[in-house]
Amino acid sequence: MAKILALSSNPDRQTPRQALRARTLSEAFPATFADAAAPGLVLRALTRESRPVLWVQDRLSARETGAPYMLRAQGGPEVLRVALSRPADVLQAMEDGLACTALSAVIGEIWGNPPALSFTASKRLVLRAERSALPCWLIRPGAEADLSAARNRWRVASLPSSPHPDDRQAPGAPRWRAELFRSRLARPGTWVVAHDGAADRLDFSPASGDGALGAGDGTDRRRAAR
Amino acid sequence: MERWARVMERTGAAPPDDLPVVLAAEGSHGPVVHALNRAARLSGIQTGARVVDMRAICPDLQVNYADIEGDRRFLDWLRLWARRWCPWSVSDGDDGLILDTTGSDHLFGGEAAMLRDMEARFSGLGLTAQLAAAPTWGAAWGLARFGPVRAICPEAALAERLGPLPVKALRLPQDTLLLLNRLGLKRIADLAAIPRPALIRRFREMEPECNPLLRLDQAMGRLAEPVSSEEEEAPFRAICRLSEPIQDPTPHVPELCDALCDRLEAAGKGCRKLRLTIYHSDGEVSAVTVATSRPSREGAHLLRLFEGKLERINPGYGFDLILLEALAVEDLDETQNRLDGQPDDALHLARLIDRLSARFGARVVTRPAPRESHLPERAQDWVSAMAGPPGDLADPPTLDRPVRLIAPPEEIRVLYAVPEGPPAQFVWRRQTLLITRYAGPERIAPEWWQDRPGTRLRDYFKVEDHQGRRFWIYREGLADDGRGGAPRWFLHGMFL
Repeated sequence: MAKILALSSNPDRQTPRQALRARTLSEAFPATFADAAAPGLVLRALTRESRPVLWVQDRLSARETGAPYMLRAQGGPEVLRVALSRPADVLQAMEDGLACTALSAVIGEIWGNPPALSFTASKRLVLRAERSALPCWLIRPGAEADLSAARNRWRVASLPSSPHPDDRQAPGAPRWRAELFRSRLARPGTWVVAHDGAADRLDFSPASGDGALGAGDGTDRRRAAR
Repeated sequence: MERWARVMERTGAAPPDDLPVVLAAEGSHGPVVHALNRAARLSGIQTGARVVDMRAICPDLQVNYADIEGDRRFLDWLRLWARRWCPWSVSDGDDGLILDTTGSDHLFGGEAAMLRDMEARFSGLGLTAQLAAAPTWGAAWGLARFGPVRAICPEAALAERLGPLPVKALRLPQDTLLLLNRLGLKRIADLAAIPRPALIRRFREMEPECNPLLRLDQAMGRLAEPVSSEEEEAPFRAICRLSEPIQDPTPHVPELCDALCDRLEAAGKGCRKLRLTIYHSDGEVSAVTVATSRPSREGAHLLRLFEGKLERINPGYGFDLILLEALAVEDLDETQNRLDGQPDDALHLARLIDRLSARFGARVVTRPAPRESHLPERAQDWVSAMAGPPGDLADPPTLDRPVRLIAPPEEIRVLYAVPEGPPAQFVWRRQTLLITRYAGPERIAPEWWQDRPGTRLRDYFKVEDHQGRRFWIYREGLADDGRGGAPRWFLHGMFL
């Protein structure tokens, strides 16, 4: 019991904003597959850099959720895209990308739970990402949260956008509901994340109406992960 | 003409022999006849005449465009091919080759036998060749075009052989020929009979290549005109000959790469494309080709590109020869590292692109290239990353655009309050989505300069559904635009 208490009072816990920008492997599970929330949050979580982002997609996720579009004109990073068919190739390409120092991040999209994406494969990605200190994201539409070595695991859903300043009818700035359900670095929780376009900053506020989730420290889950 | 006929035969579109065919080139007053076949020549068509005039003479004339650039490349290739007879060869104009066979004719059994051998080999390529052997370039030129078949002219008989030929055989331009014609000089013998001082005085002002006296001297051997043959560039290659067949080429590739890179470095070059050819002991040949996105001569990097490709070669009974050659070679200067000792980012990125392209194919590694177009799917093009970074537009659009684009757009069924307005709900992939908020429409008209006629305009709406998901949907056409039935709706993208 004392051990668990010591774990939960770990002094160098990160804030969720830091966890979102951690230079290691993170996973993002979209709540519904036809949703740009997960790639959107990932895009906004990346720090602005001139170096390009390697974006690897497998065939199913490209067909079902589309391809990145006009990111550069919307304040996003430059993209080097690799469109592959097999999930095993996606993992291989991501590992190649993590060995390269000229990238600012590596993003992979793998549909579902293919056998190639095992615990070992995710562990390899974690080790490579931490060695080269690059943020690495695995976006997994249509997937169950199975066993994985990812340091942070997020579940992302769209929320109704904030009101448009000029037009009550129109959707305004995007908001997401981000649930950090397993993490080595930060305290798990659920937040409403809004993107402040002018300052390029992510605003975290506790999810309203669901206090139990927001305040939960996730101690029991953490024990399972260790 | 014959090269064109060969190509047409290969594609199975060769015209029958009795159909007059000409190849046309652009002239200053419309297309002119560049080359013609036998049927066309028999029906009175001349080279250099305008195609419209020749159509009047021969109404069933078939006209194709000549590939002049391709002809030049082919002649250049032919020049190197002709080195089977002698070590020095140059191309002469657009349709001739000059071979300096001094001292090499006895290898083929004398000059006459050599000319016969040449004619046979050219006809093996599907080409007719008019050949002549003469002591000077000018004499060979004239005899090949205006002399007898396979003319051989010894040094002593030069004046006697060239005399009866027309002055055209002296490689003179059209206006000089006209001038000589007006002077009544029809044959070379007429020109040679005139005293030299008179000719020098008359043609003093002329350019060297228009001067008939100069050309006459060159043909007669009184003025030297050497054949300055261009050397073929030595290919960059490294060969590994094995004393007995082996099953796995992998241990030999690093030293081949290093040897090739040493040679490239000595020449100040880098390669864009590499081919590893493996000769099996049973006569089979297999090859692996890799490419790089910028010139490179680093052994370790080039070696990594072959990773995983050598295992796919079926060893059979083993290999006994491994050949590594650089196919596309470009200049590559020494580059200095940055001050902190690290090579620059662009180099690392190029290496990553090389590795990914070598492993997965060059088509799948792409970068977005912005295009000047209003249609969303045309505004961003994916180009191969091997082609280098695509340029940015001068003024990128600042419109509200989605971050994901679905290609092709997926059709949705909608329920709307008014036909011109936004839908109230829609069904997409068997899910019913209720629309709570919307922005739009943004009307994007078809691009008439590249769309086919009848393409309908699009009204785009940015909508948000009850779960907060933001989509980009459009209506194709209007209810009464007269371009098809009721307008259809599509889902095209997703916003942040």
